[in-house]
Amino acid sequence: MGRQIIKYGLMFIGLVLIQVLVLNHVQFSGFVNPYIYILFVLLLPLSSPRYVVLILAFLLGITIDIFSNSLGIHAFASVFAAYLRPFVISLISNRQEDISDYPGLMQNKIRWFLSYITIMVILHHTVLFFIEVFTFSNFVLTLFRTFLSSVFSIFVIFLSQLIVFRD
Amino acid sequence: MRGLLKYLIKNYAFLLFIFLEVVSLYFIFSYNKYQKVQYLNSSNRMTASVYNSFNSVVEYFKLAKVNISLAEENARLKSSAQLVDTLTYVDSVSANFIQLNSNYRYISAHVVNNSVNKTLNYITLNKGRKDGVKPDMGIVSPQGIVGVVVTVQENFAMGFSVLNRRWGASAKLKKSGYFGPIEWSGGDYQIAKLLEIPFHVELAVGDTIVTSSYSAVFPEGIMIGTIHSFERPDGESFYQIEIKLATDFKSISYVEVVDNLDKAELSELDNLIENGATNN
Repeated sequence: MGRQIIKYGLMFIGLVLIQVLVLNHVQFSGFVNPYIYILFVLLLPLSSPRYVVLILAFLLGITIDIFSNSLGIHAFASVFAAYLRPFVISLISNRQEDISDYPGLMQNKIRWFLSYITIMVILHHTVLFFIEVFTFSNFVLTLFRTFLSSVFSIFVIFLSQLIVFRD
Repeated sequence: MRGLLKYLIKNYAFLLFIFLEVVSLYFIFSYNKYQKVQYLNSSNRMTASVYNSFNSVVEYFKLAKVNISLAEENARLKSSAQLVDTLTYVDSVSANFIQLNSNYRYISAHVVNNSVNKTLNYITLNKGRKDGVKPDMGIVSPQGIVGVVVTVQENFAMGFSVLNRRWGASAKLKKSGYFGPIEWSGGDYQIAKLLEIPFHVELAVGDTIVTSSYSAVFPEGIMIGTIHSFERPDGESFYQIEIKLATDFKSISYVEVVDNLDKAELSELDNLIENGATNN
């Protein structure tokens, strides 16, 4: 338990710093931005109580918001993704399959993990980008930005699984 | 009653979800009331010092560029200082004029965080209340205008950059004096729009656009940019002008905060006018 708290604490700080110091400054064809901090919510143990996941997601979002002067936007999107997480998991998992409590790449089938992060990242990014512009005009442009950023984020998250979060 | 309680306990996750989303929405909507959320932005001590220490490392890679821009500014200032010297000798009227224009105080500051890739871009400076920075002061760089200060903490300040659609500077064409607001609506960080210039004004690509004298934020005549392209849309009465911003927002490092020493007096006048208007 203690080890878990330290591990997730470090992951929280690490992801926030990487997001605000490096990835927020990535500029890739206009304003396409990868948001990988949501990985923290994705990697919480599947058995953790729902209120813990929701509150941690809120804290994570608010922290990112404070750093990027966008108060409320990231918090809204992360809480949204955190709430839908159990539904997404039950949607993509077969009953026969054994899913590890830790939803990482190494602990699960690659196909399961990919569909898990793809659905979650797209849900999170869609809410994030539409809340950010707060209008449905330019709908297609926002959708396009969401799509590009999602691809970028999914790629970075997948890569990070191979390099950093191995255990 | 017990049924309701049971229902609530069973669905606590949903209720917590709704509660947290409402809190987030409250933050999003109340963001314009800066006083309330003063501490929840990048000028607070913890956030700003994270940016500050990271910046002190990254800064070394920018030093060459910073050096060049400072040297250029130095040269420009030297030549204008010489001009002032000669003017003072020529006649006392110009000397008076120069004094009139010197009601601004400049506070040098260092950019610790800045973005160009959002729809709302902000800038964080390493000077705060302690150094005399106050909200609504202008921020200028050696190349041109940068933005305006929004919130100030003890040691740090946060402001809108020009690349933020919540704020637009008041600009004018240097050649003809016609004025209009500057607007940036996302996309390319080097291109902004100049609005409200009527069709009868003669324009040319490359014309200089500077700050107008109608705002108390900037001194008159600070560089904003040059006309990049313009067209006359059918059925409208104003040009669509795209301007290339003079400041390279991706590489700004040292800036100055402009303190208008006449501001108190100016806003007093504004108040008088407003009150007078309501009384009549």
